[in-house]
Amino acid sequence: MSKVQNNKAWWLVMPVFLLVAFSAIIPMMTVVNYSVQDIFDQSSRYFVGTDWFRQVLQDPRLHDSLLRQFIYSACVLLIEIPLGIAIALTMPTKGRWSSLCLIVMTIPLLIPFNVVGTIWQIFGRGDIGLLGWFLNNVLGISYNYAANASDAWVTVLIIDVWHWTSLVALLAYSGLRAIPDVYYQAARIDRASSWAVFRHIQLPKMKSVLLIAVMLRFMDSFMIYTEPFVLTGGGPGNSTTFLSQTLTTMALGQFDLGPAAAFSLVYFLIILLVSWVFYTAMTHGEKN
Amino acid sequence: MAEIRLQNLAHSYSATPSGPEDYAIREMSHIWEQGGAYALLGPSGCGKSTLLNIISGLLSPSEGKVMFDSTVVNDMSPEQRNIAQVFQFPVVYDTMTVYDNLAFPLRNQGMDEKKIQIKVGEIADVLDLQPLLKKKAKNLTADEKQKVSMGRGLVRDDVSAILFDEPLTVIDPHLKWKLRRKLKQIHEQFNITMVYVTHDQLEASTFADKIAVMYGGQIVQFGTPRELFEKPHHTFVGYFIGSPGMNLIDVTPQPGGVGFGDIHLPLSEGLQQRLAATQWSTLKVGIRPEFVHLWDGPYDDAMCAEVTYIEDLGTYKIITLKLAGQLLKVRVPEDKPLPQGQAWISFPGQWLMLYADDYLLEASPANEVPHE
Repeated sequence: MSKVQNNKAWWLVMPVFLLVAFSAIIPMMTVVNYSVQDIFDQSSRYFVGTDWFRQVLQDPRLHDSLLRQFIYSACVLLIEIPLGIAIALTMPTKGRWSSLCLIVMTIPLLIPFNVVGTIWQIFGRGDIGLLGWFLNNVLGISYNYAANASDAWVTVLIIDVWHWTSLVALLAYSGLRAIPDVYYQAARIDRASSWAVFRHIQLPKMKSVLLIAVMLRFMDSFMIYTEPFVLTGGGPGNSTTFLSQTLTTMALGQFDLGPAAAFSLVYFLIILLVSWVFYTAMTHGEKN
Repeated sequence: MAEIRLQNLAHSYSATPSGPEDYAIREMSHIWEQGGAYALLGPSGCGKSTLLNIISGLLSPSEGKVMFDSTVVNDMSPEQRNIAQVFQFPVVYDTMTVYDNLAFPLRNQGMDEKKIQIKVGEIADVLDLQPLLKKKAKNLTADEKQKVSMGRGLVRDDVSAILFDEPLTVIDPHLKWKLRRKLKQIHEQFNITMVYVTHDQLEASTFADKIAVMYGGQIVQFGTPRELFEKPHHTFVGYFIGSPGMNLIDVTPQPGGVGFGDIHLPLSEGLQQRLAATQWSTLKVGIRPEFVHLWDGPYDDAMCAEVTYIEDLGTYKIITLKLAGQLLKVRVPEDKPLPQGQAWISFPGQWLMLYADDYLLEASPANEVPHE
C-alpha cells in the first residue's frame, strides 16, 4: 500500500505555531538576544558569547538563592501535598457541609498575592499583630520575622501553605469523588484495611490530579516573589531572597540586563527540567 | 458456608416510606440453602442488586432480618459476614499485579504466604489467568479484569457465599459461555452457596439449579427452570421466561369456566370453586406458545383462529393468530405443516393457567401435580 503524500496539512498547524510564536518563542528570543550580547543603547552592542552565562553560573549570590529556593520548594511540596490529601480525605462528601467546606477552602485562593503578604505582615507583628503578639506575650516564644532569619523563613513557608494547600485539597477532593463506590464496596468485601484502601485505591486513582497539584505547586513556589518581598523585602539579610527577587534586583535594580537575561534562561531551564523529572517519575510505571 | 435466610425483609431507600411503591424490596421471606447454585432473575430496577447488597452487608435493610444459619447478621459488616461479591463492572487494584490482586483478600486475612501461593495458583488455573499473573492489573482487557475480580471472590473458599451481580455484562459472548461453565465447575468443586444476579434467562437457567424471579421488589416465583416454564406463578414469570413469552388473555367468568369474546374455556371443578372464593380485579388466562395445540384441519372441539403473521426463526416458526379479537402466538416445530388462512387450535387443560390479579390460581394445593 502506498501512502498519499499531502503536505498541505501542515498549513493546519500554522495557527497554533503563530500563537506559540507570539506567546513564547518571540519574547524568549529577545531574552536570548540580551543574554549573548552587551547592549548599552541602540547603536552600541557587543557580542559576548557565553560570558554572561559563565558569570551567573559562578555567582555565589545566585548559588545561595538557588539552594534556598530548592529547600523552600521542597518544604512547600512536602507539607502541602500530604496536608491537602489529608484534608480532602476528611472533607464531608455530600450535603450542606460539603458545599460549605468547598467555599471555605476556595477563599484563600481568591486573595491576591500581595494582599496575602500584607495580611501576614500585620498578623505576625509583635506589637499589633494577633499572631506575633500571642506568640511573644502569651506563649512566651520569641518571634520576630523582621529580625530573625528562621522566623522570616518559616513565616514565608506558612504563608504559602495557608494560601495554596486549598488548591491541593480541592484537586485531591475532585480525584476522590471520581472513584466509583463499587471500588470501596469491593475493598470491604476483600476486607481491606483503611490504609490498604488509601494505598491501593484512593492514591492510585488520585494520581493524575496529584500530578497536576505537584507540578502547579512546584512551579508556583519556585517562582515565589511577592510574599517575601511584601513581608521583609527578602530579609533579614538574604534569608528570604529567592530566585525571582535576585533576578529582579539584577535586572531592574542594577540594570545588568545581560546577566539577568542569561539567568532568566537558566531559571527557565531549571523549572522545565524539574517539571519534566516530576512528570516522568509520576507517570513512569504506566507502561510495563 | 451457610444457609442464608431472609425473614420479613424489606428495604426502602426513603427514610419515611409512605406506601409499597416506596420500597425497593417489598416484604419477603426466603431461604437460600447451603451449597445451592441460585440465580436471581429480573428486569432492571426490580431490586435484584439491592437484595444482593443486603445479603452481602453493603446495605442494611430497613425492616426484617438477614440470617446466616442461626445468626442474625443485620448489624455485621461484609468483612464479618465473610462473603464474597463480584460486581457488574470489573474492580481491580490498578497498582498491583494480577497475582497480588488475587492474593489481596487472602493477605488481608493474614494467610501464610506459602498457602496463598497455592490458592492463587489454583484459581489462576481455573480462570486461565496463569500467563497473566505477573502483569500489572491496569493493563488488562475488560474481560481479563473481570476474571481477576471473580478470582478475588473465588480464591477465598471459606466464604459463607459468593454473590455475583451480573458479572458477565462486559464479557464477550463466546467467553461468557466459558466463564459460566467455569463457575459451575467451581460450584461443584467447592460446594459454596452461589447467588447469581442476571436479567438474562438463558444465563440464569444454565448456571442455576433454582431461579428466583424478581419483579417489583418481590420474589414472585422460586423454582427450577422447568417449573418456571411449565407453571409460572405470576403473569410476569410467564411473560419474562420463554421466547416468546406466555400468551395472556383477559377473560370473564362464565358458567362452568371462563371466556372471552365468543370463546368459552371450561375449568375444572376445583378451580371453579377456587375462583368463586377469590376476590380479584383482573382475571387472565395464560398459555405458553409451545403448548397451544395446532390441529391439522377442522376439528369439533377446536377453536378456529385467523392466521395473521408467520415468523420463521430457523429451527422453529412463530405463528401469530387472531382468536376472537385477541392476538396469540403459537410456536411450532419446523417440520409441521403450516396452516393457511385459518388455524384450528385448542388449549390443553393442563397447560392453561388462570391468573387472578396476576397471581396463579390453583384448584387446591393438595391436588398439585409434583414436578420433578
